[in-house]
Amino acid sequence: MTSLTLVRRVRARPSIVFEAMTTAEGISHWWGPDAGEPVLKAESDPRPGGHYLVRFRTSDGLEHEASGEYLEVTPPERIVMSWRWTAGGADPGESRVEIALRAVTEGTEITFTHARLHDEESARSHEGGWSGAFDKLEAYLAQRA
Amino acid sequence: MANYNDRLDRTFAALVDPTRRAILAKLERKGASSVSELAEPFDIKLPAVMKHLDVLADAGLITRAKAGRTVTVKLRPQPMREAMEWLRRYERFWSTSLDRLATYAEAREAEAKEKER
Repeated sequence: MTSLTLVRRVRARPSIVFEAMTTAEGISHWWGPDAGEPVLKAESDPRPGGHYLVRFRTSDGLEHEASGEYLEVTPPERIVMSWRWTAGGADPGESRVEIALRAVTEGTEITFTHARLHDEESARSHEGGWSGAFDKLEAYLAQRA
Repeated sequence: MANYNDRLDRTFAALVDPTRRAILAKLERKGASSVSELAEPFDIKLPAVMKHLDVLADAGLITRAKAGRTVTVKLRPQPMREAMEWLRRYERFWSTSLDRLATYAEAREAEAKEKER
């Protein structure tokens, strides 16, 4: 299954992390791959069926927009939302973002998954092993580089 | 761009099957291989292996060359490189975004602690 999972520990309590991730004010402070580039627009209505939209610029000057719908909102521990690129590049179809927050001693552990990244067939498949497959391929490519 | 997405679709669809991944892994270790050598470790019939090879060839992940009665299969890494680049873009996007989220949330936490004092 084509998905990407990142785990991060943050020195802040889950309620603060949850707010930073779900409010327009919070989102406008961190969204986007290039620090120093502003979030141009952020809208968020964090309840099941509510919409969000984020428009941001990357350091190459291009603008991108992603939007979707909240499917699950359980403060301060779980967020599931549909995801679609709505401007700035080809739209590879709808994917899904799942965020789990867990209280740990130093603050919060975030497990961030962007799933169903590519095509229905791979989304339906229960095969794991993506990262393993890619590790191998990377090793292979590194040899040839 | 449509072509690019079609190519990615084919690559991901080809890579999602464990037998096909095993075939690619074997090719990765051995470089070139004959079809019968490739079929050997799998508990499936030769026609089924040929079908998997067709899918891999359609995705551009292997090439096949016939010399006499032997078909030699070779790995072709370009589509995998493209698929990896694509996945890495997402990884970079979220990884740096989450770094920024951490900085922001930790500043809010410091403020909250200050207030609680």
